[in-house]
Amino acid sequence: MHLPCPCCGPRDLREFTHKGADDYLRRPAPDAPPEAWDDYLHTRANPAGRTRDLWYHDPCGTWIAVTRDTVTHAVIGATGLEDAQ
Amino acid sequence: MADLTATSPFAGARLPQRFAGCTLEALPPAQITAVAPYPGQLAALRQTLGAFPGPGAVIAAAGGRLVWAGRGLALAFDADMPQGSAEHAALSDQSDGWAGVSLRGTAAPMVLARLLPLDLRRLPPGSSARSLLGHLPALILRPEALAFELWIWRSMVGSAMHDLTGAMQAVGARQALAEPPTG
Ligand SMILES: [Zn+2]
Repeated sequence: MHLPCPCCGPRDLREFTHKGADDYLRRPAPDAPPEAWDDYLHTRANPAGRTRDLWYHDPCGTWIAVTRDTVTHAVIGATGLEDAQ
Repeated sequence: MADLTATSPFAGARLPQRFAGCTLEALPPAQITAVAPYPGQLAALRQTLGAFPGPGAVIAAAGGRLVWAGRGLALAFDADMPQGSAEHAALSDQSDGWAGVSLRGTAAPMVLARLLPLDLRRLPPGSSARSLLGHLPALILRPEALAFELWIWRSMVGSAMHDLTGAMQAVGARQALAEPPTG
């Protein structure tokens, strides 16, 4: 599997560390109810199909969000998280 | 003050090594400065240095080479950092932290294909990449089509030499098998 790093171009999976679903980008407010925090920490959709998750490109230090398909293994695209902010 | 004796990172590495028509040898130690621009300071730094490399670039500046080395990071090799550059970037002397080897020869890409998860067709002569050499983080430069500079952390030279010599020997063995028997 190759993932497209916005810095380095398409790179082999071995160069990346997987963080998890992009839910981690939607951190609740500090005073949000416990249910929101429980959701944020533990509830994952684990979809069969299109998914968006976070990866770190170890060699260059770029965090990216990758859109891919867990059924076909197609990698649809990626965006750098710092650029997206 | 204690008088310390400088030791080459390659002491005991038995370089140069020659296999498969390739030569692996130590590069002379370099003055290496890590240059990490402060947020919003890239344009000012570019002005002070004359240039700052984008991803994969190797450029001549400040009397040396500026090599892209990651997100928001360049390594300056043997450069005189101009006055004022420290206002725009975090500068740190990493000369003793890195060790460089050169691998050259017609089979050099074949040797590296065994160790790098990198498509060398995307590393044109004159460019650089951050990647892995075996399992070691590395900075790879390709000054010429059949010449590579591999910069690794000094503490990992032993593993790198083991991996590189093994790959060179394996490529050499392949070449020997492919040649028709003589006599
Ligand atoms: Zn990258």
